[in-house]
Amino acid sequence: MEESELIHTKELKEILQVLFHRYGYDFTGYAEGSLLRRVNRFAKEIKSLSGYDLKYTLVNDESVFQQFVEEVTVNVTELFRDPMYYKILREKVLPVLASYPIINIWHAGCSTGEEVFSMCILLQEAGLLKRARIYATDINPANLEKAKSGIMPLRHMKEYTANYQQSGGKRDFADYYTARYDNALINEELRSGIIFSQHNLVSDNVFNEFQLISCRNVMIYFNKQLQNRVLKLFHESLSSLGFLTLGLKETLRFSNIQDKFDTIDATAKIFRNRE
Amino acid sequence: MKENVFDIILIGGSAGSLEVIAYLLQSLPKTFTIPVVIIVHRMKNTSSRLDKMLIKESGLRNVIEPEDKEPVKPGIIYLAPQNYHLLVEKDHSFSLDYSEPINFSRPSIDLSFESFSNVYGANTLAVLLSGANKDGAEGIKKVLQRSGTALIQSPETAEYTAMPAAALEMNKTAIVQSPVQILYRILHNSNNKT
Repeated sequence: MEESELIHTKELKEILQVLFHRYGYDFTGYAEGSLLRRVNRFAKEIKSLSGYDLKYTLVNDESVFQQFVEEVTVNVTELFRDPMYYKILREKVLPVLASYPIINIWHAGCSTGEEVFSMCILLQEAGLLKRARIYATDINPANLEKAKSGIMPLRHMKEYTANYQQSGGKRDFADYYTARYDNALINEELRSGIIFSQHNLVSDNVFNEFQLISCRNVMIYFNKQLQNRVLKLFHESLSSLGFLTLGLKETLRFSNIQDKFDTIDATAKIFRNRE
Repeated sequence: MKENVFDIILIGGSAGSLEVIAYLLQSLPKTFTIPVVIIVHRMKNTSSRLDKMLIKESGLRNVIEPEDKEPVKPGIIYLAPQNYHLLVEKDHSFSLDYSEPINFSRPSIDLSFESFSNVYGANTLAVLLSGANKDGAEGIKKVLQRSGTALIQSPETAEYTAMPAAALEMNKTAIVQSPVQILYRILHNSNNKT
């Protein structure tokens, strides 16, 4: 029953430690409140009887662990989510990126790819897509497989079209995908320049230099310490005067690298490397 | 009956709740220090002026939409941002969550009530107002399980009765009150350090 939760802080810590030793995935820097909720939801789903039971199952059955990774990392995303953010990208960021011969962009925590595809559409409309090298990374291999396929449910397209139009898009949005049965397939020519790869923000390091890093609504699931680690990684990965974009309710105010960035747009959460 | 002192006041509402929220905020004295967190269902992806409206209604009090990791501070009225769930961490800082809507709702009243009562325990006052769905009922249950205080707007005073009725159905021991009584409870039962 839901009367009392199966997993509490103490059990959670033990489970996370064991998973780190067994699989190398470190969730100990995740914000506890929301992680605890999702772990409990998962425990209910797989009908664990206790914290010990859950730990035992996770350690001994790798397929359950893969399922766990998918469930406890949040993979909710949309095309042109927060249209005003994309509008400001068009107006304030793309004109600057246009001055680079090659534009390196990193989508950190790309989930199933919707934000990357949105970016590709913006770049295409600005005539920059051919010059762009877009790296899309995620901790979860299942997300990357889905993102690589370029397929998403057709039923969302009406909402995405409205988002696109609100972001200042003037073309016929239906030209960017092919509808087939219940799915929409994002055009191959939009996606062909994207390099999908597994990368764990918790443990992996700098792998290139970027003019733009987008990491929206990923770090809200991290605690302050881990946020600082990741922000430092982003800062080191940005070219001089490179851009960093965060989710609309994320901020650098409580981080220790606030003074390394200028704010380009306070509402759209677009920042720029000062150096 | 033991009277609780409150460190946090949560107000959840949906359709028909804004007038009551405005009434409650207007009636709080300027010296009221307990943080108030308002969770109302809002349209997604349409720019909403709700915070500005609430600031106006509440007589220029501080109404803000918290950002991730922002500390919960006294004297401030917080409004859950649209399209996110609003949680709190043990160090009393806000934490945002963009996982699936619950009961078609994001922000979910259930989720906020649960998260805040996990941290504030018996010092939680949760108020559930008018609305047309079932959000809040589970949350009220969690608040009561953690010895917090739960007030439900009496259905006969609510513009939409479904939400208070569902919460009452699930939580027979919750207190049922009119907006005037709710205000009285907030003002006279709070650990207001002024």
